[in-house]
Amino acid sequence: MLKAQNLTKRFFGLLAVDSASIDVEEGSITGLIGPNGAGKTTMFAMIAGFLSPNSGQVAFEGNDITGEKPHLRARRGLARTFQIVQPFAGLNVRDNIAVGAYLHTKDPREARSLASQTAERVGLGRELEKLASGLTIAGRKRLELARALATRPKLLLLDEVLAGLNPSEIRDVLPIIRSIRDEGVTILMIEHIMQAVMNLCDSVYVLSQGRMIASGEPRAVCNDPAVIEAYLGHGAAERIRSEGAADA
Amino acid sequence: MIGNREFLYALAFLIVIGVLAVVGLPGNILNLFIFMMIIALAAQGWNLLGGYGGLSSFGHAAFFGTGAYTTAILQTNFGFNAWVGLVCGVAFGSIVGAVIGFLSFRAGLRGSYFALITLAFAEVLRVLANSWSVTGGAAGMLVRLQNGFTYLQFSDRRYFLLILIAFVAATLFLTRWLERSAFGAYLVALRENDQAAQALGVDVFRIKMQAITLSAGVTALAGCLYVQNFLFIDANVAYGSWISIEALFAAIVGGAGTIIGPLIGSVVLLGLGELTKSFAGGIAGIDLVVFGVILVLCVAFAPNGIRGFFSDLAHKRANRMDAA
Repeated sequence: MLKAQNLTKRFFGLLAVDSASIDVEEGSITGLIGPNGAGKTTMFAMIAGFLSPNSGQVAFEGNDITGEKPHLRARRGLARTFQIVQPFAGLNVRDNIAVGAYLHTKDPREARSLASQTAERVGLGRELEKLASGLTIAGRKRLELARALATRPKLLLLDEVLAGLNPSEIRDVLPIIRSIRDEGVTILMIEHIMQAVMNLCDSVYVLSQGRMIASGEPRAVCNDPAVIEAYLGHGAAERIRSEGAADA
Repeated sequence: MIGNREFLYALAFLIVIGVLAVVGLPGNILNLFIFMMIIALAAQGWNLLGGYGGLSSFGHAAFFGTGAYTTAILQTNFGFNAWVGLVCGVAFGSIVGAVIGFLSFRAGLRGSYFALITLAFAEVLRVLANSWSVTGGAAGMLVRLQNGFTYLQFSDRRYFLLILIAFVAATLFLTRWLERSAFGAYLVALRENDQAAQALGVDVFRIKMQAITLSAGVTALAGCLYVQNFLFIDANVAYGSWISIEALFAAIVGGAGTIIGPLIGSVVLLGLGELTKSFAGGIAGIDLVVFGVILVLCVAFAPNGIRGFFSDLAHKRANRMDAA
């Protein structure tokens, strides 16, 4: 559904993403993981159109969208959330979500009722009238999700929607994400919380220092020596294996 | 719905002024109301872009002056009637708005950069109007006095006030429509966070262009009506920074981004200005001192304007009631 090929992004001297490719299957939940500063969010920004790559291509449903503006991608059905939440602080929850809903209807009444339904779905049903600036961090993450959902996306890009949530909040959000997929929305998510990644993802890509170092089924990827070294440092994979052997 | 009640208050206020005017007002009060309504219109224009869109312009004189000059030139040099002048004035004002918008939004200007570039455009127009023969140069232009509905000039000035009130009411309806439409929701969204708005499919550039065009049109309308009332225009009046300041001042003091704000602002500011002048008429510029004091008070105690101040009070009272 989404094919990003050989994306490269350079910020002056810094090579943030180096010829990374990603392929998201329709109907799947695909994870994008990697240590801090690996370039995950930059990769997302290029896919969503907020940054233009120095080289490489992004194709969505077979169409090349590399040079397209973000709002046009949103109209194609590509919605994103932000890692650093970006609520419309002065608006209440319903109006925040309604902005997303206006993508498919110009009728305010319809948009507002769609917004209420979407809020219900992510568990914000009781805070419709609350100002976005008054929400807790967990509430704002839900709001990000609801706004993106209100655009009725085909592909949802989630940038660390679980970061900053406590374990019980995470337990609440996981089934929501799964239910979104079950309704036919493909999901590509950046996530640090491995429990969530193992739990949700059909396949995982690992980005480290701008390069895609591994991809595949989550369990296999986690045991990949290259991945372990990326997270824990050079020689870590070797050490873990020898310790494992000693224990056995 | 809060917006609705506010809208009704504003309409009721206009009706009261209208009735007062018909019943009879002393000439100087009538003139004051006329001026208040002209400023209210200019401020309502500013409010559409600066209040709802968060794009604070310092150069709404560019639109006001274009409206004023267009009407004046069409009437004096080409003999068009005032209504045609008015429509053309609004159209030209909008075009100027679109051009300025295109240039500044293409370059991605916002915040103080946008404010400065609009100020620069207004100043350029002022200098041009001051030296071009078509606009009468530094001598300015006189519009011929011709009483009659088609000339928008009346020997009985009450009619002019009623027409102004009708225009102000029309822009209230326009603002209320904006608050409830998808366009308005998009405009407010890009004010609050334009990255997030883009991610939700908002064509930020297009919405900004539509907003500045609309905003310019309304402020140009104020310019057209100004000329019909004062019958004289020169570059410093039409494109001078006084009107830019008055428009943004009234909107901000009253409550930017609200339906009733610009109206409250212009009434309070001009009303207080007039009061001080009548009490301390001998001191030149005393009303400007009062403006300054009001601005300081607003910044310190009512950052959301007079309307915001009262709605905050109401909220606080409601909270106390809940607590008790």
